[in-house]
Amino acid sequence: MEEIIDKIKSAFKETILFFEEREMPVFIIKKEDVLSFVSFLKESSFSILLDITAVDYLKWPEQKEKRFEIVYHFFSLEYNLRIRVKFSIDEKEKSPSLTSFYKNANWLEREVYDMYGIKFDGHPDLRRILMYDEFKGHPLRKDYPLKKRQPRLEGLKDD
Amino acid sequence: MGVESGNFITTKFDSILGWARKYSMFVYPFVTACCGMEYIAAACSHFDIDRFGAGLTRFSPRQSDVLMIVGTISQKIAPVLRKIYDQMAEPKWVVAFGTCAVSGGIYDNYSTVQGADKIVPVDVYIPGCPPRPETVFEGIMKLQEKIQNQPQDWRWKK
Ligand code: SF4
Repeated sequence: MEEIIDKIKSAFKETILFFEEREMPVFIIKKEDVLSFVSFLKESSFSILLDITAVDYLKWPEQKEKRFEIVYHFFSLEYNLRIRVKFSIDEKEKSPSLTSFYKNANWLEREVYDMYGIKFDGHPDLRRILMYDEFKGHPLRKDYPLKKRQPRLEGLKDD
Repeated sequence: MGVESGNFITTKFDSILGWARKYSMFVYPFVTACCGMEYIAAACSHFDIDRFGAGLTRFSPRQSDVLMIVGTISQKIAPVLRKIYDQMAEPKWVVAFGTCAVSGGIYDNYSTVQGADKIVPVDVYIPGCPPRPETVFEGIMKLQEKIQNQPQDWRWKK
């Protein structure tokens, strides 16, 4: 288990900005090298993409220079090991899409797009997945008003 | 005299019709969330919803009398619920089953309808998260009471 972590670390000395061992190994990497990093992971036995999600650091105590952070979780059957990979991304930027490596990235990235409005470069079919198409805004952004309701229900009830 | 006896017959016929209807409710369970488990418990043999004449579950809105809204109604599914209600033939009743269907429950957020009565008219509200089968039966008995005492509608009614 340790050797695979060392292998990743030595292969991507410049890319990895930060590493720590929490409940699983956590890598914070540069956005430019995401695709090469992920393809390396896939080749070195991390064959399962468990989850893609994002974090909105809009009013985080210390203001981050980039607003969002994308979080990947990978799982290796060979080492029985989970790892977490994170990188920062700004509101205007597009995130690289993992659909060419992992098929299930398609729906996971659609969910991130739906909830946070982060666009994915190279995604074949970037539509909303959980909310309906007429929904305005992205509800898990920190600046989405908590009590805001959308007019989906108007005209449904007839009295 | 003629008018009065006519009224008498109508009233009697109404109450007979109400009696027949209240013991033969065909339930359409619109199950969307965890309350469904409790609906299943109430409907199966241990608690036995059939004692109240509501045992015949129909999964087609055309064949059912009671629309039971069981679980959280999200905004996305709201038009579907309305369509199902519109497809049901008269006479029809609606039961909101569980806190989520009654008021949105703990989900006071962007995705949940704050009570099924925002979409369809509801006759009986059954509270609880989820309601125990006894509560469900009390709701069903309330509905029976309502069916018995309401003016009945039938095909050749003037
Ligand atoms: S009322 Fe409670 S049990 Fe029923 S659907 Fe809502 S959360 Fe689930």
